[in-house]
Amino acid sequence: MREPLTTHTGRAVGLPIANIDTDQLIPARFMSTPREEGYARFLLHDMRRGEGGDLREDFPLNQPAARGADTLVTADNLGCGSSREAAVYALADSGFRVLIAPSFGDIFYANALKNGVLPIRLPEAVVTTLLDRLARAPGQTVTVDVPDQTVRLPGGAVHRFEIDGFRKAMLVAGQDELSLTLSLEADISAFEAANRPRPDGAVRR
Amino acid sequence: MTEPPRTLLDKIWDRHVVHRHSGGMDLLYIDRHFTHEGSHHAYGKLKALGRAVRRPDLTFGIADHYVPTTGRDRPIADPAIAAMVERLRANTAANHVRLFDLGDPHQGIVHVVGPELGITLPGLTIVCGDSHTATHGAFGALAFGIGASEVAHVLATQTLWQARPKTLRITVDGALQPAVTAKDLILNLVGTIGTAGATGHVIEYAGTAIRSLSAEGRMTICNMSIEAGARAGMVAPDETTIAYVRGRPMAPEGAAFERAAEDWLDLASDRDAVFDREVSLEAAMVAPSVTWGTSPQEVVPITGAVPQAADRKTLDYMGLSPGQRLEGLPVDRVFLGSCTNARIEDLRAAAAIVAGRRVAVPMLISPGSTAVKRQAEREGLARLFTAAGAEWRESGCSLCVGMNGDLVPAGDRCASTTNRNFRGRQGPGARTHLMSPAMAPAAAVTGRLTDVRTLPLSPLPDGMVA
Repeated sequence: MREPLTTHTGRAVGLPIANIDTDQLIPARFMSTPREEGYARFLLHDMRRGEGGDLREDFPLNQPAARGADTLVTADNLGCGSSREAAVYALADSGFRVLIAPSFGDIFYANALKNGVLPIRLPEAVVTTLLDRLARAPGQTVTVDVPDQTVRLPGGAVHRFEIDGFRKAMLVAGQDELSLTLSLEADISAFEAANRPRPDGAVRR
Repeated sequence: MTEPPRTLLDKIWDRHVVHRHSGGMDLLYIDRHFTHEGSHHAYGKLKALGRAVRRPDLTFGIADHYVPTTGRDRPIADPAIAAMVERLRANTAANHVRLFDLGDPHQGIVHVVGPELGITLPGLTIVCGDSHTATHGAFGALAFGIGASEVAHVLATQTLWQARPKTLRITVDGALQPAVTAKDLILNLVGTIGTAGATGHVIEYAGTAIRSLSAEGRMTICNMSIEAGARAGMVAPDETTIAYVRGRPMAPEGAAFERAAEDWLDLASDRDAVFDREVSLEAAMVAPSVTWGTSPQEVVPITGAVPQAADRKTLDYMGLSPGQRLEGLPVDRVFLGSCTNARIEDLRAAAAIVAGRRVAVPMLISPGSTAVKRQAEREGLARLFTAAGAEWRESGCSLCVGMNGDLVPAGDRCASTTNRNFRGRQGPGARTHLMSPAMAPAAAVTGRLTDVRTLPLSPLPDGMVA
């Protein structure tokens, strides 16, 4: 069980960059770190820092207005690339609960939801307007209503977003998929009895 | 009433549904699960839940992501890397999972080893905590990368919740021109549809050009499906598939194989099957290609130039300017390796270029698997590479992901047969140009990005095939 995500109001910060890949979200060299140590410090590590490792003042996430922001807005295709869930750990450990972009990498999208982080797809034009607004005044408020599948943006516009019923139910209940699957043990055993999956593949289903 | 026509994806999917959820997700049975050093988060979750691996016989461990490519006869020098390999050993041992460890003759990159051993078979569902798991789709399997939570879920239950993806058929007809490879084809496809072009879709590759590809070439294509955003890439099983799989150590044998093969051929999409989207490409239009930017979609023919409208920050990172020609651009080093292009066929293609020449810049070669390495040594390819001055290393992910200590220094330009040219992928500040296993060695021998078609082939020594 984790904390349910039903309605959520938070402050948003924008990164008007497309194709922020998982190698940018967390460079591979940090991924051997045990989960318990926290991944916040690795988020967008090489983008946020200058050559000496100091935080760049001109990077949106490093500015005072971004402090405490828990909603990240980016251009198209956020989280494309590798399957590393560490990309989501870095976001979640930095306090992000909601991500808004025109599209997300498929594996990243699934990984986010598994960690109680909600990725919201909105039309490109809406995101572009939102990014412009956040560039002028970062830290404005975004409200998400998961049961209603709506998001209220700064300025008051309300947009509907798509999420499948299964994941929505999981998010709202704070349930994880594994507990559900474990309750279906009889189905899994029945499948195995009927299909006899074996490592040598000598099976005609 | 006749059954509605189904795609290859539908047929495999329908065979694997354990439970249908009202919310639109299916619980799929997973036939094969590969884990590696990077799977430590998932094994940790499993342990925290107090659970063991449900089907150790369908789960495999392979040391590839962090393993050193030199000094295999000594303990691993870097303590952090040694700890990663040690953790995989402990996790697989505690769960009775077979491990292909350093020193095992079958060790190698997971996506090369799986097919090589016949662990990968047509019609199966295959997952791994690695996005290039799509490679196995070359055999008509449904194979895709998953995150650590999903890896833990599969370890515990041998199943996964999935929404049925949309289908995209990419038809490539005609013949590839000489010196144009499967790598050039997939780079062009990624360039055409973009890195988000197939998001939410499974790609089925079809057409005469795909049918003409070897199993290895199909692996290269399916491998980079993820670079187009696809969940997976697949090629329907045919005689090429069956010829590759036959006799593999873990494939069925004798009459069981013949029955299985008949079944596999039935998996092909029905003639009237409808795909959500269709894209087609003429194979003859594809030229040897290179990427110029920091996304795999930023690709042009080697005779082309950096686009005038290219993003300024990208060009600063890559040290290029708008309109700059790619051919002749000096490179600092070359990498031949990765699950995309380090199989025996790739090494033969590279050897044909390097034969009788010397490398002008450092060239590192990490074969796709230890078995590929041994085969290349038997065929005399290794001798040819070392005679040319290239470094002949052990097998692992190496410079494709830069986790094992093999890195490209900041600012250096690397001609690479890998799959991602993301910023920092081969090391902080590294500049990566993706290309084929024929183009990369051409860059190695000239020290510049080179149109492989302009290099005359030297005849290989007697008895060698290329």
